[in-house]
Amino acid sequence: MIQGVTASTALTERRRRRVLGLVLLLLGVVAASLASIAIGSKSIPLDAVWHGLVAPGGSENDIIVRALRVPRTELALLVGAALGIAGSLIQGHTRNPLADPGLLGVSSGAAFAVVVGIFGFGLTSLYAYVWLAFLGAMVTTALVFLLGSAGRGGPTPLTLALAGAAVTALMQGLISALVVLDQQSLDAYRFWRVGAVAGRDSVIIGQVLPFLLLGAVLAFANAPGLNALSLGEDVARSIGQHVRRTRVLGIAAITLLTGGAVAACGPIAFVGLIVPHVARAITGPDYRWLLPYSALIGMVLMLVSDIIGRVIAWPGELQVGIVLAMIGAPVFIAIVRRRRLTRL
Amino acid sequence: MSTARLRAESLRLGYGETLVVDGLDLDVVGGTVTAVIGPNGCGKSTLLRAMGRLLTPRGGHVLLDGKRIDKTPTREVAKVLGVLPQTPQAPEGLTVADLVARGRHPHQSWYRQWSSDDEQAVAEALAMTGMSEFAERTLDQLSGGQRQRAWISMALAQGTELLLLDEPTTYLDLAHQVDVLDLVHRLHSELGRTVVMVLHDLNLAARYADRLVALRDGRVVAQGEPGEVLTESLLREVFDLEAKVIADPVAGTPLVVPVGSRHRTS
Repeated sequence: MIQGVTASTALTERRRRRVLGLVLLLLGVVAASLASIAIGSKSIPLDAVWHGLVAPGGSENDIIVRALRVPRTELALLVGAALGIAGSLIQGHTRNPLADPGLLGVSSGAAFAVVVGIFGFGLTSLYAYVWLAFLGAMVTTALVFLLGSAGRGGPTPLTLALAGAAVTALMQGLISALVVLDQQSLDAYRFWRVGAVAGRDSVIIGQVLPFLLLGAVLAFANAPGLNALSLGEDVARSIGQHVRRTRVLGIAAITLLTGGAVAACGPIAFVGLIVPHVARAITGPDYRWLLPYSALIGMVLMLVSDIIGRVIAWPGELQVGIVLAMIGAPVFIAIVRRRRLTRL
Repeated sequence: MSTARLRAESLRLGYGETLVVDGLDLDVVGGTVTAVIGPNGCGKSTLLRAMGRLLTPRGGHVLLDGKRIDKTPTREVAKVLGVLPQTPQAPEGLTVADLVARGRHPHQSWYRQWSSDDEQAVAEALAMTGMSEFAERTLDQLSGGQRQRAWISMALAQGTELLLLDEPTTYLDLAHQVDVLDLVHRLHSELGRTVVMVLHDLNLAARYADRLVALRDGRVVAQGEPGEVLTESLLREVFDLEAKVIADPVAGTPLVVPVGSRHRTS
């Protein structure tokens, strides 16, 4: 029994470390948020940031804080968390450390819908893009799921990934065909597809927030099931987990989170790919911890990248999608080099 | 009529186009250790997977305590019946304690998280298999025998009265095979668990099982006590094997001594 007690204190100790880690990350998120509100083409001192947040008046600083920096920061937080969680889910469900949330065709479906909106209906408003992108993401995931389930044995990680790859290729082809026909569509599309948190206001946040929240709830509900599934489908079944239900729940969560993110900001690469690796290095393979860690790390990565984009091109700025690609590629190579790729 | 905890009724099993088992009946009596033996590809693992509701039958049923297993919620089944597949996979970095804790999955839900019952079940399972001292190791740091014991601990922590083990001794050297089977014996004798396992080694199967079930081409050729089942004529019929059967000098159970062409005299 003494050995049992030892194992149990070790568990409590680890739990305390994990909670402490979450608190530290939360502080990091707060610090990055303040920096994101303060830093920009016009830098705002921290006391003015505070003033703008708690007792806004009509000063120029207050207006910049309330109308520009805060929505932008909020959006970066939301999208960073969403992509971090979605990345951990997709890598867990496919047992593939190279999977990213776009694997099931969500991003390309969203992009295609936006292009159709621009080309076919002359839409140019970001608000309209949100609904189009979200609709495209939903329809594409449904299509991928149907294709991936068509064979005997139902949807497996492999058939879903293959269906996702096929649909993505199709969507990319259709997008190219449409933008090649029309210069205006090409211009509107290429700005959207870079991925940015700038120029989005609280209306857009309001549009995607319900979907992101629902996606997050489903994701956390999926964590125990994903823990079971990570022992293989047979063991998962034998310890009483309904495999198909777990997969459908996970795909729904991934679609809502990724669809919401891409609808608000355009396709943003690397967050969903890198964040799970960083989070896993801290928490190990327990999704009940991995998901909150992924959310917070995703937030920090999005904010810091966005801030870097505002600093390196000052007084102009670089979109966060471009910064992330530039940071992301070397970071990812470093991860791959440092530890051999994790088996999931 | 003895109490069959687990029963297969005219099972038809297969993958894709091929039918592996066609019309098989089997009773597993409570409190016994049953070993399923047979040549490669005879449907042993397929049968075990179906009995553990990991494979849906093409026809027939599996009954758990008289109720159809496919009509019972999987979580309820998981409180009574545990299945350990052949060479299961775990994610990298998973510790033994975490793995064993996942065996408590069917006893948990969103409103009932980790409890002291769970804690105790995990500690007992680790102690039973002698894995307590390795609780904080990750599975990748263990030897094959330790890893197998860790997985058995997980199945133990699940707290099920029935355990189905698919080749629990594969890839282990002889000493570790005996180790694992001694553990199985203790599950049966000390905890009263009912065990069904697929085994390749006939001599060990004869030693550690109360009942043997011999399969060939998806049919039960013989079943009963090891002494009745493991005969020279049955080995010929089931395995196409010429062998002498003598008494095991240690256990008194049948000991199979294969002849082979090198030593064939006639």
